[in-house]
Amino acid sequence: MDDKMKTREKVIRYAILIAFAVFFLIPMYVLLSTSLKSFSEVSINTMWQLPSSLSFEGFREAFAKLAPNVLNSFYLVIPATLLSAILGSMNGYVLSHWKFKGSDTLFALILFGMFIPYQSVLFPLVQFMQTIGLYGSIPGLILVHVVYGLPITTLMFRNYYKDVPDALTEAAKVDGANIFSIYRHIFFPISIPSFVVVFIWQFTNIWNEFLFAVTLTDTQSQPITVALTNLAGSQVVEWNVQMSGAIITALPTLLVYIIFGRYFIKGMLAGSVKG
Amino acid sequence: MKRKHKESLTSLAILSPSIITLAVFVYGFISRSVQISLLDWNTFSNFIRKAKDYVGLENYVGLLQESRFQTDLWNTLYFTLFFILGCLAIGILLSLILNNKPKGGYFFQNLYLFPMAISFVVTGTVWRWIFAPGRLPDNPRGINLLFEQLGLDALQWGWFTSTFNFMGFNIALVAVIIAAVWQYSGYTMAMWLAGLRGIDQQLIEAARIDGASKWQIFTKILFPIQKPITLSAIIVLAHVSLKAFALIYAMTGSGPNNVTDIPAVYMFEATFRSNRYSTGSAIAIVLLMMVGLLIIPYLVNSFKEE
Repeated sequence: MDDKMKTREKVIRYAILIAFAVFFLIPMYVLLSTSLKSFSEVSINTMWQLPSSLSFEGFREAFAKLAPNVLNSFYLVIPATLLSAILGSMNGYVLSHWKFKGSDTLFALILFGMFIPYQSVLFPLVQFMQTIGLYGSIPGLILVHVVYGLPITTLMFRNYYKDVPDALTEAAKVDGANIFSIYRHIFFPISIPSFVVVFIWQFTNIWNEFLFAVTLTDTQSQPITVALTNLAGSQVVEWNVQMSGAIITALPTLLVYIIFGRYFIKGMLAGSVKG
Repeated sequence: MKRKHKESLTSLAILSPSIITLAVFVYGFISRSVQISLLDWNTFSNFIRKAKDYVGLENYVGLLQESRFQTDLWNTLYFTLFFILGCLAIGILLSLILNNKPKGGYFFQNLYLFPMAISFVVTGTVWRWIFAPGRLPDNPRGINLLFEQLGLDALQWGWFTSTFNFMGFNIALVAVIIAAVWQYSGYTMAMWLAGLRGIDQQLIEAARIDGASKWQIFTKILFPIQKPITLSAIIVLAHVSLKAFALIYAMTGSGPNNVTDIPAVYMFEATFRSNRYSTGSAIAIVLLMMVGLLIIPYLVNSFKEE
């Protein structure tokens, strides 16, 4: 291939990459530029232009409305992530190294919970939560996210532990170690990378979740995703406030992505049906 | 032998919290939904007095005859189809370019993936701003306004408010599909890229020496090797699209004539807004069956391989 063709190809490649970069950045541009405009400026014909002067009116108002919901989301996400990861790790450990008759079937039955559309459990779930008195509360939502998070966390840890040689557990058994001490001294210490992946995956998913959040909470316990959709409820659409709200909603998971991108991608690929 | 038995019991004990909760939350609640879908809880009073009259498949038959639900099924079909095609085309194209490790490739890769980290609710909020059509022709908003300012008035249309329908395809869905593709094409890219990096370069070098064109290398070598990965991606994306509730809810709602309605939105409204619990449950079970049709053959297949 001669140099001229090579250069031409390079130009085409970069043109495509840049065109898609623009496509991916348009919503970011809209978010940032609109959120930093004053209300008087969003409703006129300059909606695509950068703000003529920076106004934090939108952010101030969005934050005043959404601050309690941001807190709710943290109260929800942190315990739910930790619990589902720890339980998933124990499950994955047992299902990969302490197999018993029927344990593979059991694993398949656990996994099934990952694929169901949650609509199919939603109404009985709401009734159940009302019966046990957890409806409309954050602990209730934590319970729900832990339970429905178990299939994926179990899968991720099981796939991770699968590669640990059985000889290791056998040797430890001969030395008199039991199921708990082997977990504590061998498996738990080596699973830190896996925990990071699972934490990030669960954090992102639970933070972003909407269906359970909108059906199982009341105004006091709404997580941020629900509060964001409620911002649109008023008569006049204050786009600057809404875009500020959207940024506030997206920021924690975006930061996690920017800081832990590598682990995020690992989780995404592992989360796709099979590792 | 006795020791083995004890070990199994300990294993089960460790698993038991998960087994018990999932038995209730997954299998128990699905059974309950099936049961409710066979009852006549379509008024609040029937629900309150826990009426026990089974109506058989009446709720399902009623749904299939209803124009809103028929529209929902068409919408799901077209949305899923174009969403998957869009994600595959863009994802594969980008992965092929990035696999050549161009300068700055890592930056682009991270950029294409960031929408995966944010909520469908945020995506819906932003794209609603972009595609809000305004009042045409005098007072365009969003992208229509941009078109006007660029002198491209011909491109203005009603986006997600358009009620134009072509062979069952509500073109209002185009706006929603663009938003969904924006969010998920990075995922296909990452899947493909991970696969491409595992392919032996000598294989491709050899084909090139034999005079194979780029297109031939793609169709005859890369695509067949990547088929399992592509299939996984399709399954995941189809699954996402059946559950696109949050995106639709935040972006368009069901729209005029239900042009952007999907079963998940209808289910939510029937159950939680209009006390038609049995209809809502029937929709939920139809959704479950659609996912089942998709997932079960795939799962059986991949378990066999293992």
